[in-house]
Amino acid sequence: MRLTELPIGSIARISSIEDSPYKEKLQEMGCIPGVLVKPVMMAPFGDPIAFELEEYTLSMRKNEAYSIQVNLLNPLFNS
Amino acid sequence: MDNKSSKIVLVGNPNCGKSSLFNNLTKLKQKITNVPGTTIENKVGTLTQSKHKIQLIDTPGTYSFNPKSLDEKEAIRVFFEDPSPDTILYIADASNLKRNLFYFSQLAQHGTPMVLALNMIDIADFKGFEIDVERLEKELGIRVFKINARTGEGVSTLKKALFQDQFVPHFTFGSENDHTHESHYDSITKLLNKTTKIKTKRELTTSKIDAFATHPILGYLIFLLVLLFIFQSVFTLASYPMDWIENGFGMLGEYLTETLPDGWVKKLIIHGLLAGIAGVVVFVPQIAILFFFMSLLEDTGYMARVSFIMDKMLRGLGLSGKSVVPLLSGAACAIPAIMSTRNIENWKDRLITIMVTPLMSCSARLPVYTLLISMAIPNTPVLGFVSLQALVMLSMYVLGTVAALVAAIVFKWAIKYTIPSYFIMELPVYHSPRWGNIWVNCWQKSRSFVTEAGKIILIISVVLWFLASYGPTTDQSFSIQESATLEQSYAGHFGKAIEPSISPIGFDWKIGIALITSFAAREVFVGTMSTIYSVGDEENFDQLREKMKKDRHKSGEPVYSLAVILSLMVFYAFAMQCMSTLAVVYKETRSWKWPAIQFVYMTALAYFGSWVVFNVFG
Repeated sequence: MRLTELPIGSIARISSIEDSPYKEKLQEMGCIPGVLVKPVMMAPFGDPIAFELEEYTLSMRKNEAYSIQVNLLNPLFNS
Repeated sequence: MDNKSSKIVLVGNPNCGKSSLFNNLTKLKQKITNVPGTTIENKVGTLTQSKHKIQLIDTPGTYSFNPKSLDEKEAIRVFFEDPSPDTILYIADASNLKRNLFYFSQLAQHGTPMVLALNMIDIADFKGFEIDVERLEKELGIRVFKINARTGEGVSTLKKALFQDQFVPHFTFGSENDHTHESHYDSITKLLNKTTKIKTKRELTTSKIDAFATHPILGYLIFLLVLLFIFQSVFTLASYPMDWIENGFGMLGEYLTETLPDGWVKKLIIHGLLAGIAGVVVFVPQIAILFFFMSLLEDTGYMARVSFIMDKMLRGLGLSGKSVVPLLSGAACAIPAIMSTRNIENWKDRLITIMVTPLMSCSARLPVYTLLISMAIPNTPVLGFVSLQALVMLSMYVLGTVAALVAAIVFKWAIKYTIPSYFIMELPVYHSPRWGNIWVNCWQKSRSFVTEAGKIILIISVVLWFLASYGPTTDQSFSIQESATLEQSYAGHFGKAIEPSISPIGFDWKIGIALITSFAAREVFVGTMSTIYSVGDEENFDQLREKMKKDRHKSGEPVYSLAVILSLMVFYAFAMQCMSTLAVVYKETRSWKWPAIQFVYMTALAYFGSWVVFNVFG
């Protein structure tokens, strides 16, 4: 599933990132397959979205989040 | 180690405390150097121990060795300079080591000796991260220090170590032929598994504050209140130092008038140079106070939230969340505002931000609005609590902002650029302000205003003084006190020459002169009017206002009717009357095309806007 489909508070593991002009930027910022990601909040109008990425919070637009494929780990798990 | 001088560059991710460390190491003894012919600015500080001198170079925060934005490009340029740096001092946020070590992993391949400083140890402790420094030193093969750049903890130990020999990292990130992002992150994870432990995971107050700061309704309300508070403070706080400056220059002028021998040199000094310098310095308080608040909001982490909640709206206009800082700074002065667009990655987003920022009402427009509003608008209360004059002033700010946003839409449609823009931004943890950083930032931005704008304003002031003081008739001995002779000066001739083109918007040749002189800087309008109406003293606002009000056309109609005054205000709101801004736009875009377009579109907008207003009210 795609990162945009995750409900707030759920935890997923990044599986792959599609090619795009911002793929490199996402990777530099730590979006790497295997990394845990948790949506924490949305800006008004639902875009951009902020994600907890292991140790810090990264915000990106829906468009960028859509290019990230994830595997949902536990929708109820709330650390 | 004696008699040696070495070059150390300080690098790291944004928000890792790099500026704090730099300020702390150099004890604020630093200077900004400009690389000739470019916009590159590096801060350089000097550390000395007996005869060993270290040149410490600060760089903009960067996430990787493949720069995405102009300020990141500046950051990595130091590695290609000659002589290349002797040592890299890498600062990492210990509470977010994994991502912070990515850029480190790229630099570690270059064969340059490195030192690693782990900052924000307190937050890392709070989050429950335990870092085994000795193990990390062993794995990496370089020296590693725990520091707290805010409190200065560990900084003196680090400083001493900088004077010793440093080592090249021997840890291999990725593998010999695999340097993908994945392989580097993989190595970093392995390294951290060996050297760090997580005890407990505790939540920071950040998420609690964010519940308010990014709330769909409260978020915008808080932002609006913050803005109102800032602008209120700027105007009330700045008025005191501005009075002192004006009085000070007034006294200096009087003193010089009495002491200097008569002649053109005296006039040049008093009416050219001194008036020019005063015109620059008087804005410093407003600009400094506004930048104080802007730095405060950026430093605490709040500004990133503002970008976060504004991005969606600004995106529709061809801007991005990162345009918020330049646009708001534009309310003080467009020059530093335009320079702050360097962190916008997308060329089109950045260009549009640069093109529309000068429409935001900068502080140079204030004295013009103040004079004109006091002439035309009665000071009657509206709804019992706010004066009509204040309301009109506020609407001038709204007018400028709306014009900027509309212009952005037009540019979005007009500029063809296919690389999509993105908004991938770290939301840093909130922390209490680092006053040292704020002070330095505020000082440097104010100084960039004085040096960038000041030089040009000063030169133009002298030129304009000459044009207003001398005319084509050779036998004329000129006195600036008399308006009749100003009419015969070069400036008067220019004013007359352009009168036919500005009469459709209600302006006569006297306003024409002011429009020409205002090209140096908008606030020169008031000074020019004082000269034209022979009000010797610029501070004598009331006298000037009365004289302007009484001025009549030959037909007996007042020169400054309501329609003319409103038309003038609209003209000053839109017109590109700032040489210094054009110069900065040239520097930042490296082409004359963009300042030329900016000049034409803003002036056309001003002319059209004034024409509409003049005809609606006339």
